[in-house]
Amino acid sequence: MTSLPSLPTPKKLGLVIDLDVCVGCHACVISCKEWNTGGYGAALSDQDPYGAEVSGTFLNRIHTFEVVPEGGQVIGEAGEARIVHFPKSCLHCEDAPCVTVCPTGASYKRAEDGIVLVDESKCIGCGLCAWSCAYGAREMDLAAGVMKKCTLCVDRVYNETLKEIDRVPSCVRTCPANARHYGDLADPGSEVSRMVAERGGYDLMPEQGTRPTNKYLPPRPRKPLAASAGSAVLAENTDGAKGFFAWLDGMLDRI
Amino acid sequence: MHPAFSIILFTTLSGLGYGLAAVLGLGLLDASTLSVKLAHLGALAMIAGGLLSSTLHLGNPQRAWRALSQWRSSWLSREGVMAIATFLPLMVSTWFAVVEGRYLPVVGLIGSVMCGITVYCTAMIYASLRSIQAWNTGLTPLCYLLFAAAGGLLLATVGAFVSGSGATVCAILALILVAVAWIAKHAWWNRLRTLVPLSTPESATGLGNIGHVRLFERPHINDNYLTREMGFKVARKHALKLSRLAILVGGVAPIVLLLMAIFAGGAAAVPAAVLAALCYALGLVVERWLFFAEARHAVMNYYGG
Ligand code: SF4
Ligand code: SF4
Ligand code: SF4
Repeated sequence: MTSLPSLPTPKKLGLVIDLDVCVGCHACVISCKEWNTGGYGAALSDQDPYGAEVSGTFLNRIHTFEVVPEGGQVIGEAGEARIVHFPKSCLHCEDAPCVTVCPTGASYKRAEDGIVLVDESKCIGCGLCAWSCAYGAREMDLAAGVMKKCTLCVDRVYNETLKEIDRVPSCVRTCPANARHYGDLADPGSEVSRMVAERGGYDLMPEQGTRPTNKYLPPRPRKPLAASAGSAVLAENTDGAKGFFAWLDGMLDRI
Repeated sequence: MHPAFSIILFTTLSGLGYGLAAVLGLGLLDASTLSVKLAHLGALAMIAGGLLSSTLHLGNPQRAWRALSQWRSSWLSREGVMAIATFLPLMVSTWFAVVEGRYLPVVGLIGSVMCGITVYCTAMIYASLRSIQAWNTGLTPLCYLLFAAAGGLLLATVGAFVSGSGATVCAILALILVAVAWIAKHAWWNRLRTLVPLSTPESATGLGNIGHVRLFERPHINDNYLTREMGFKVARKHALKLSRLAILVGGVAPIVLLLMAIFAGGAAAVPAAVLAALCYALGLVVERWLFFAEARHAVMNYYGG
């Protein structure tokens, strides 16, 4: 049924992504593909995998943005441009348009935990749900002809055959910088909810009216380049050197 | 948005087919004439052809019947249900016209209304998508309905000139609707070209409070499904030229040709009306191509497009 659950779901399982921490290594992209190509539904195919025109289906992708403050084009004048790595997967929206547009009932939102999934045996591959998603979180698999999207690793998080530590999404488990967090955003006491409250976690494109479950934590204010300049000068200046370095300094001076 | 040939063909053909069927359902033409019988069959053929071409772009067309199940929430499903339901009165009307040469007012009118609803559902598939701001307006269904009506009247005019009855009334109605349809489309284009984007790279990333957001690196070097499907971009100046061309070929030319047909009458009227219908169809294809090509999807905020 592609009508949305009528009540707010008791749980809102989702991700909290920390833009301050993500280093843009793409490890979660690979681990997501690795887990999901053998997991839920059809494999995530690649087209022309060893050729020049390689492309394929991914459920999670990392974009990188440059953010330039007003007047920041000139270094030191008004803050500097900064690079923000930006992981993006399905946000498991509460008002998910991708669910209501689906003509077949393949696309649905689970009433118990809010996870948005595609029942691939019903999907006709019309692509309308991908059109309706402003976030680009759905990709048609060209080999299987069905719609693929982030499953929130539903086959991990409830999987009792896995060790408890592994019962989180693959991307969360893999992230070497700990930029991705998984939890219940309906529970104000959960770790993810507290993080969102502390750091001012926000929604992407709230104007689209989709009410995403996933939240993004903003990059922390950065120390301006000029403030770090002192340590750069230190290399030329050995006045404060002590112990071994003072001895080395003296020896090198003598040579 | 990528202007997929199958979808352009589908919306143009089925629009013309439903328009023609709706006009026939109003009983403006003499159902006993050969040209009206052919028009009935032609309308059905166009509708069926359009529907078939729309299944061409499906990943799993063998399950297409499932698309009839979610009419409670999905405009695409509603369209499918209506398209099939509308076949019933249209088939009955066609049967009576072709076999018995009779017009059934009640069935005809029901058919006309259902044709209108079907076209409305088609348009709402597009108009209901917030992620594509260009389409997300009441003007979208208005244009689809007017274009279908104008096309139907134009085709009916051809039939009327061939059969020689009711041609002038039909031609004048066609003339008015062609004009009104392109005026509505002009308003649609005006809206599109003065649109303030609902979503921006700043709102898409939430980083606007730090500064201006610009894509630095895509997630991948080559295109993916999203950039192929939604990353289509047409140069503004070309779009402007093409839209003028569409109005010229699809609007001005048919109106001039219809006027010629009305005043010349006789043998010259038929080729003039046929030419008017052909010009209109060509203009409509250009209009539909632009409908997709000019529409920017919100996801492009993540792809620097
Ligand atoms: S992010 Fe897109 S695919 Fe995911 S729930 Fe929201 S609208 Fe649907
Ligand atoms: S592609 Fe599949 S899941 Fe998406 S709207 Fe079409 S049938 Fe539904
Ligand atoms: S939750 Fe699972 S499916 Fe979703 S992005 Fe992470 S690894 Fe991929």
